[in-house]
Amino acid sequence: MKVLISTALAGAFALGAGAAWAETTLNALFMAQAAYSEADVRAMADGYMKAHPDIKLNLEFVPYEGLRDKTLLAQGSGQGYDVVLFDVIWPAEYATNKILLDVSDRITPEMKAGVLPGAWTTVEYQGHKYGMPWILDTKYLFYNKAMLEKAGIAEPPKTWDELSAQAKIIKDKGIAQYPIVWSWAQAEAVICDYATLISAYGGKFLDDQGKPVFNEDGGLKALEYMKASMDAGLTNPNSKEYLEEDVRRVFSNGEAAFALNWTYMYNLANSGDDSKVKGQVGVEPAPGVEGISKVSAMNGSMGLGVTTTSKNPDAAWDFVVYMTSQKTQDAYAKLSLPIWTSSYDDPAVAKGQEALIAAAKVALAAMFPRPETPKYNELSALIQVAIQQALLGSATPADALTSAKEQSGL
Amino acid sequence: MTSTRTDLRAWALMLPLLVVILGVVSWPLASTVHLSLTDAGMAARSGNFVGLGNFTRNLGSGAFRAAFVNTAWFTAVSVSAELVLGVLAALLLNQEFRGRSFLRALMILPWALPTVVNAILWRLIYNPEYGALNSALYQLGLIDAYRSWLGQPSSAMMAMVVADVWKNFPLVGLISLAALQSVPRETLAAAIVDGAGPWARFRHVMLPYLAGPLMIAIVLRTIEAFKVFDIVWIMTRGGPANSTRTLSILVYQEAFSFQRAGSGASLALIVTLVVMMLAVAYVAIMRRTALRV
Amino acid sequence: MERRSPAFTLFVYAAAALLGVCLVLPIFWLFVMSVSPASDLAAKPLRWWPEHLDLSRYRLLLTWAENTTGKDFLSALRNSLTVAGMAVAAALAVAVPAAWAVSRRPSIEWSLQVLIMTYMLPPVALAVPLYMGLAALGLLNSVFGLALIYLSILAPFTTWLLKSGFDAIPRDLEAAAAIDGARLDQTLRIVILPLAAPVLSTAALFALLLAWDEFFYALLFTADQRAKTVTVAIADIAGGRIADYGLIAAAGVLAALPPLLIGALMQRAIVAGLTGGGVKG
Repeated sequence: MKVLISTALAGAFALGAGAAWAETTLNALFMAQAAYSEADVRAMADGYMKAHPDIKLNLEFVPYEGLRDKTLLAQGSGQGYDVVLFDVIWPAEYATNKILLDVSDRITPEMKAGVLPGAWTTVEYQGHKYGMPWILDTKYLFYNKAMLEKAGIAEPPKTWDELSAQAKIIKDKGIAQYPIVWSWAQAEAVICDYATLISAYGGKFLDDQGKPVFNEDGGLKALEYMKASMDAGLTNPNSKEYLEEDVRRVFSNGEAAFALNWTYMYNLANSGDDSKVKGQVGVEPAPGVEGISKVSAMNGSMGLGVTTTSKNPDAAWDFVVYMTSQKTQDAYAKLSLPIWTSSYDDPAVAKGQEALIAAAKVALAAMFPRPETPKYNELSALIQVAIQQALLGSATPADALTSAKEQSGL
Repeated sequence: MTSTRTDLRAWALMLPLLVVILGVVSWPLASTVHLSLTDAGMAARSGNFVGLGNFTRNLGSGAFRAAFVNTAWFTAVSVSAELVLGVLAALLLNQEFRGRSFLRALMILPWALPTVVNAILWRLIYNPEYGALNSALYQLGLIDAYRSWLGQPSSAMMAMVVADVWKNFPLVGLISLAALQSVPRETLAAAIVDGAGPWARFRHVMLPYLAGPLMIAIVLRTIEAFKVFDIVWIMTRGGPANSTRTLSILVYQEAFSFQRAGSGASLALIVTLVVMMLAVAYVAIMRRTALRV
Repeated sequence: MERRSPAFTLFVYAAAALLGVCLVLPIFWLFVMSVSPASDLAAKPLRWWPEHLDLSRYRLLLTWAENTTGKDFLSALRNSLTVAGMAVAAALAVAVPAAWAVSRRPSIEWSLQVLIMTYMLPPVALAVPLYMGLAALGLLNSVFGLALIYLSILAPFTTWLLKSGFDAIPRDLEAAAAIDGARLDQTLRIVILPLAAPVLSTAALFALLLAWDEFFYALLFTADQRAKTVTVAIADIAGGRIADYGLIAAAGVLAALPPLLIGALMQRAIVAGLTGGGVKG
């Protein structure tokens, strides 16, 4: 009897120990919005778990708006996620507050050489790397080929003024009531569209000393362009309350001739089941401004990093490497394009989305950064309000931006 | 049995409740008070003592004043609308007609609908392109073009008030109805015999019965409206141009988005104080009017 | 009652119809959206009644399989039930003795009034310390942690409701029981609770609805299928990448179903609770 019990105990113990060995659990935070779909991310994770039966992945998906708050809260508590998705605008803050592991030493020379140089800025702060770039993204100009053709427009616009002119033709001919749709809600989305325009007008958010200069030159002209476009009825007035998904819905329903949005919209609008504009979607780098820029683009990329509180940083990093590997990214290249240079010349990746790849090659090389500061979120919130005030007509663009500058305390 | 012993026994029976509140509310509250006197950020967590600096700075800031006005407006308009519509619904349900108990059952529905679902439902209704409101008004010929209800400062706050009132006036209505039904029939009949018109009957016969329960409903609704977070968070997140940013949203931004836990804590305490002052004012009014009606 | 003129009767019925439509229409529209094909919902102007029923969203949300939206949503429903159930049971457990004590010893009623004041605290005022506290106890992203927080919201309020119920029970009954030699807990169990059953069920009902409704703490303190409640899940669905409004509507219908059913079935108890002095104080 005694023997039996001790055998049973030993067995139970062995089982328990076995389970402990088999199950390293990693918690990872992703977003349920642009870029890779939730289904894609889950499929990638399943692929990883199949290859690593000793790892169990818990994936959490939150809207973009919740990503940073969740990460910071979890960090404050000293427990939480092992791997987090982060936006290009957060490394400064995350590094300052020691939220992400400095992984500069873990990046191999092959990685360094293989990834597009512009992509690294997504994960860098003051020369250190805090993760791997994963979603390489910028705002593209999407257009409805059928509408342009109907309006007798042969070529999509090369400059923002041309965009306005073409939109005017489309509006006057009654092809679309509001030809252009953007995501100008009081959220980070509006800053992305604004940043694209700033880059076109050769402006800057902050000068070399970190002082705000977005209220003059390019920054001011960018906002004036937005306002003029809305006042002329070329821009859908509902843009003021739209996020990216609303833009996609309006564009996919064939109610706009032009839209500014991320990579993911291309395949969803051009071949998605819920799209009414299948096969009619054209994509170009966002236009430029005559004499200043040929194209415009902003860095809307995101990276995957390992948190400083992770108890299994090595396993977590291994997962990050897998998710950002060329093999994984090439296999899921429909909603987000790879970070790897050679992928862009791979016919398998380009298949069915040649136009997107062509636009990406130009745009990704021109990506303009949003300001790099630990206080980014506050600055962004102030500019969001300034843009909305100008669009609503409660302040002139110059006054609104100057007021945001003064309140920023930078 | 001595009175002290029974008191002691009563306290013993209160103990579990006291422990819960002490553990889950008082200790965090003390911690928030402490936080509010420091310049702590969130991730850094340790802060320096700054006295009442957070309070004076926030009370003087334009952001606080704007959020305060938004919140006060939201509270005043939605609570008064809930009060008026609730009492009207109660007066209606106090009449005898076929289907009355069914209608009374329907009053439960908006109130039982979760706040978050309610906010999402109304956001869908207000959608500028595919929302039911635009479509209905357009088809009825009341507007000639679709509007951006949540994208205009002039209508965004009102749109949120409508959503809030729709969900909450039935509760006020049910409370009022219960009070109305406690009015003795003889009293009413006597008033009719005396030739009192509908208004006089309402004012002098029903209102004395209504006043107490209504006051409590108003207090509860005011407190809730002043703390409003969920519905704003879901519908507008404070936009456009901060025109719907209420105090709770401001606190959230300050503490979480801008990572100023100390300053956020001070704002949260200011909100609490305002709510308490409102509640005290109500109770005072209630005491005084109780003598008159 | 005075005789009503025909015009007044007509007015009453018209007003009743208007009220009924106002109450039902938004909820009914939520349901219609949830069964309309996506193309109907993107039509301009809208198609108000679906040509054919589209139940695909319900199928999607109610499918329990690894790594699906359905599992996410159903786990959230389960978590909401668990959290609300635990919180309500615990709230009643602490509220019954406290309410009885306050009801029979008016001299300590001030303590309950102080506790009720906690209702005035905006949740944002406590969120940060609570987060740290839960983290220290390992109760983040846990149904137990969330239930504990909800308990603190429900308990004072439940006590208050129960106290007014107990007030209505004559003291003679207890005195009689005491003379018969019953201990306090026996008196409570055998004499008071059966009499207080209606107010107990009303209090439980209100508490349940309150717990089901909570969003802010759940948003901050839960993360995934292990604890995320349905209010957060539906907000995530509405805020995430969903092109189809029908899916958001279907999730809304499912999330609202439990409280709506409870409300409809128990409406007598609710109205009785409102009449029975609870709200009258």
